[in-house]
Amino acid sequence: MDLKLDNISHFYGEMEILRAINLDIPAGKVICIVGPSGCGKSTLLRLIGGLERPTRGEVLQLGSPPPGSINPLTYIFQDFALLPWRTVEGNISLVLEDHGIKGSQAADIISDVLSRTRLTDFRRALPKQLSGGMKQRVAISRALAVKPAVMLMDEPLSALDSQTRELLMDDLVNLWTNEPFTAVYVTHNLNEAVRLGHSIVVLSRRPGEIREIVELDIPLEGRKMGNIELERQQQLLWNLMREEAMAADKELINV
Amino acid sequence: MSDIASKPITGENASPAGQKTVAFRGGGFAPQSRRWVGAIVFFALIGFVEIATRSGFITSLTLPIPSEVFATFIGLWESGLLWKHLVPSVSRLIVGASIGATLGIGIGILIGLFSLARAGLVPLIAAIFPIPKIALLPLFVIWFGIDEPSKYALIAFGTFTPTVVATYGAVDNVDRTLIRMGQSFSLSWISIVTKIVLPGAMPGILSGLRVSLAIAIILLVAAEMLGAEYGIGAYILEAGSLYDLERLFVGVTILSILGVGVSSLIGLAENRLLNWRI
Repeated sequence: MDLKLDNISHFYGEMEILRAINLDIPAGKVICIVGPSGCGKSTLLRLIGGLERPTRGEVLQLGSPPPGSINPLTYIFQDFALLPWRTVEGNISLVLEDHGIKGSQAADIISDVLSRTRLTDFRRALPKQLSGGMKQRVAISRALAVKPAVMLMDEPLSALDSQTRELLMDDLVNLWTNEPFTAVYVTHNLNEAVRLGHSIVVLSRRPGEIREIVELDIPLEGRKMGNIELERQQQLLWNLMREEAMAADKELINV
Repeated sequence: MSDIASKPITGENASPAGQKTVAFRGGGFAPQSRRWVGAIVFFALIGFVEIATRSGFITSLTLPIPSEVFATFIGLWESGLLWKHLVPSVSRLIVGASIGATLGIGIGILIGLFSLARAGLVPLIAAIFPIPKIALLPLFVIWFGIDEPSKYALIAFGTFTPTVVATYGAVDNVDRTLIRMGQSFSLSWISIVTKIVLPGAMPGILSGLRVSLAIAIILLVAAEMLGAEYGIGAYILEAGSLYDLERLFVGVTILSILGVGVSSLIGLAENRLLNWRI
């Protein structure tokens, strides 16, 4: 299933947040969206998943989600959004219960996604017992449990320290190589973008418009730390964004 | 709160070549659990009153001798009258407070979830909150009769308003990102309410119940003072009108114990229901 953003504009009251966004999200690819803070990249992600309605334009779904997909458009949030009163297992079964998956069928799915995120031993732990990186892996396994057609990731690594971030990037790359998924990955971190994105969409400062789409051909598993080509791409992206980021930093916030 | 744990280090230990230990100044402001302090304060106070009343430092008209209050309590227990007074009081408290708390939590959740209920009911709650509910007892007697129902109604009404306010405040404070998460996984409305909003509001609801149940005990006594044959309130009223200070204090002590009991029940509920908190 592909997604297509058709001429999307969005306003909060009088304020223009996004302007005329046209974008194709092909199946099996990771699209990274980068931009200065306040450029509307998280808003764009909420629009894609239907948590908000665009003022103009529409998000189109091309084709139907793969069979067995319980929740085609699934988010992974920056602050994990785990229920603190449920165990790891309970947090995953939460999203299955409502779709009528219970008992041994649910237990099988939970075992599968926990083993894919190396969390099998922590099945009955409460979120308060887990580190930040583990919490985000629980959130990732919860997302995998509903077999999404597209994963919508809103700065998933931004709340983590840099070592944990490196480890989780490797985890995401492994997950993708084992079973390619489609993802829209919003971040302000250019390093994450060049490590994980098949194409990188650069947004301008508010109102957010697409400034450039950078395609990266290096396979994900080959993108290791210190790769010269990646360094070069990251530098190019930074040059693109630098002035925008500086200007955005000087703006007064009137929300 | 601000117990100072250490003395400031003076410059005396400034031994070789201007080297000295950096003074520790990070003490205090960290509440710690000190288990027996409460009991020690309590018994020290009782002990002081006991000695002062026995020695004549405090006259027996000012305060009764604690040991005699205790003897009166034992007498009440042995005569079987204790249960005769306690059982009706506790059952009034349970029935009245359950009605009030259940309605209060229900209405509070409605206010928390629906803007229409909020717009319509919040001003109404604000208007009835400050009314002293005891002033309405004659009205409840006319509506529900002199027997038990008017007492239930008074206690229920008194418990209701603080519970409503605590509940909708608690619902407002539920983390919106969790609700957004529920929607993003296409959970049904009822699932979001029962699995995300209600457990999320539980800490606030329980701490609200602490306040409303204490109010319920106050109203229980007021209701029993105005017309009951048996009950702690009736017992206190009778002792008071005879200026029998020992019995008056027995009654007051029973109320305190009741209050501590209710509060520790809520503590137990918190430990069971909220063990997920940090």
